[in-house]
Amino acid sequence: MNIRENIKTLIIEKPLKLDCGRTISKFPLAYETYGKLNENKDNAILVFHALTGDQFVTGVNPITKKDGWWSYAVGPKKSIDTDKYFVICSNVIGGCMGSFGPSHENPETKKIYGTDFPVITINDMVNAQVNLLDFFNIKKLFSVVGGSMGGMQVLQFVSNFPDKAKTAVPIACTSSHSAQNIAFNELGRQAITADHNWMDGKYNSKRTLPDKGLAVARMAAHITYLSKKSLQEKFGRNLQERDDLKFGFDADFQIESYLRYQGSVFVDRFDANSYLYITRAMDYFDLVKQFDGNLSNAFKKTKTKFFIMSFTSDWLYPTQENKDIVIALNAIGANVGFVEIDSDKGHDSFLLEVPDFLNALKNFLDKSYIESNDEN
Amino acid sequence: MMKTEYNFITNIIEKNSTVLDVGCDDGILMEFLRKNKNVNIRGIEISKKKVQICIAKGLTVIEGNAEFDLKQFPKNSFDYVVLGQTLQAFINPEIVIKELLRVGKKAIVTIPNFGNWKVRLDLLFKGTMPITSSLPHEWYNTPNIHMCTIKDFVKFSETMNFKIVKSLALINKNISNISKSNIFLKNLLGELGIFLIEK
Repeated sequence: MNIRENIKTLIIEKPLKLDCGRTISKFPLAYETYGKLNENKDNAILVFHALTGDQFVTGVNPITKKDGWWSYAVGPKKSIDTDKYFVICSNVIGGCMGSFGPSHENPETKKIYGTDFPVITINDMVNAQVNLLDFFNIKKLFSVVGGSMGGMQVLQFVSNFPDKAKTAVPIACTSSHSAQNIAFNELGRQAITADHNWMDGKYNSKRTLPDKGLAVARMAAHITYLSKKSLQEKFGRNLQERDDLKFGFDADFQIESYLRYQGSVFVDRFDANSYLYITRAMDYFDLVKQFDGNLSNAFKKTKTKFFIMSFTSDWLYPTQENKDIVIALNAIGANVGFVEIDSDKGHDSFLLEVPDFLNALKNFLDKSYIESNDEN
Repeated sequence: MMKTEYNFITNIIEKNSTVLDVGCDDGILMEFLRKNKNVNIRGIEISKKKVQICIAKGLTVIEGNAEFDLKQFPKNSFDYVVLGQTLQAFINPEIVIKELLRVGKKAIVTIPNFGNWKVRLDLLFKGTMPITSSLPHEWYNTPNIHMCTIKDFVKFSETMNFKIVKSLALINKNISNISKSNIFLKNLLGELGIFLIEK
């Protein structure tokens, strides 16, 4: 992929010991920034992306030429106001937008890593990204924000670095991947590995890509991001450019055509092995287990002010799982606000134009920013 | 809630203490306390809309139902827990009171007084469920399913075995102490009862 020139990359010299036991060093971390870091260096927000996101949060993504994944929320005068805040986002390790991932060449074998790439965890992702703070010479972030897998990173970040963020906004996430979450991810991985072109992950060297498998993985996952109601309202049983059923297996229904399209555009921008690695990282995420069954202990040392949001129609990371985090924080007297946002748009709500959500996010950040300046 | 009521609640609460406002509504009391008493204050509110209003004011509020969601707070999490004019709206006020006194070292509870003479006259002469300015609902759509009088609340404290540290009646925007000797009158004239209670 000829994507390098548009990608800012930081080489992390410091060795990072991964949860799997392997140590990596001198690895690239691709990042992007928006807005300006102020003189006091107290206006920085680290945004964590979700499974298929990347560092191009807003504006036009220079690689895909499409709007950044969080364009609704991030930008001048938006919820995360880039006139006010300095927004940093980096591609997670294991990803495919320039950060160290399975599509990189193994210097020892001169071949693509593929499945020889170490299995990474949410903890590893966060430990890699904290290096960005040193790079920008930021002692303490104003906020860490993220939805879905980004929210998991927010939780892990505060747990690992209790004094590095004034506020934290985990959105539509969980402290521990459920059996259902793992099941859907496994479905996606099986679709990829069942594709003949996957070739045990060595496809890159052969120039044939497991596009079919990756597309099916995306299609299955996409369904989990929407709600039954939104699918019904948007598509119902509408037919695709035809007046009647064709008694065959073409896309008769609009929903079929829509999913096929989602699958096909996804394979152009995403790497199948990265999909395996990142879904694995999500499945391994269990902050409760990490703290011996007591989630509260993950946050014992922190003074970070939390604001948690969930969505009524999100069945992938339902409100109760978000509330469990609120409960764990209240149990230790942490500063935590919580609201469940009314939305029919399913898990994807956090990426879409949902005014109640966008307003709450803006209000929380802006008020907390004023408050934190008053304290200084 | 009335302004006088706030003033009084604010007077009871000591500076720099921790407070939980249960059913914090749009956060007016929370803001008032934060400004005047420098308290560390949290709120819990059932309405999403009102939680949003509180967040826009920079208040720390969680969406939740006091009947189920107080459980998450450990014993003595707050110096004071405030419950303003909502005890009568719960399905199970007994559990709520117990929870308030578990979560808070002290609780401040205010109740609209169903023993007020206007309420009594309404029922006596009209023979229909009373409707007053502080109780504006019809019987079939009122959220107030467990109305009680000042006297009832005092009796409730005996049955439930909690202490009333301070008890006051609000009559025509004036606050006065309730005592054993004047409770008959306060129960007749009071529009609102305000109680500081502890275990």
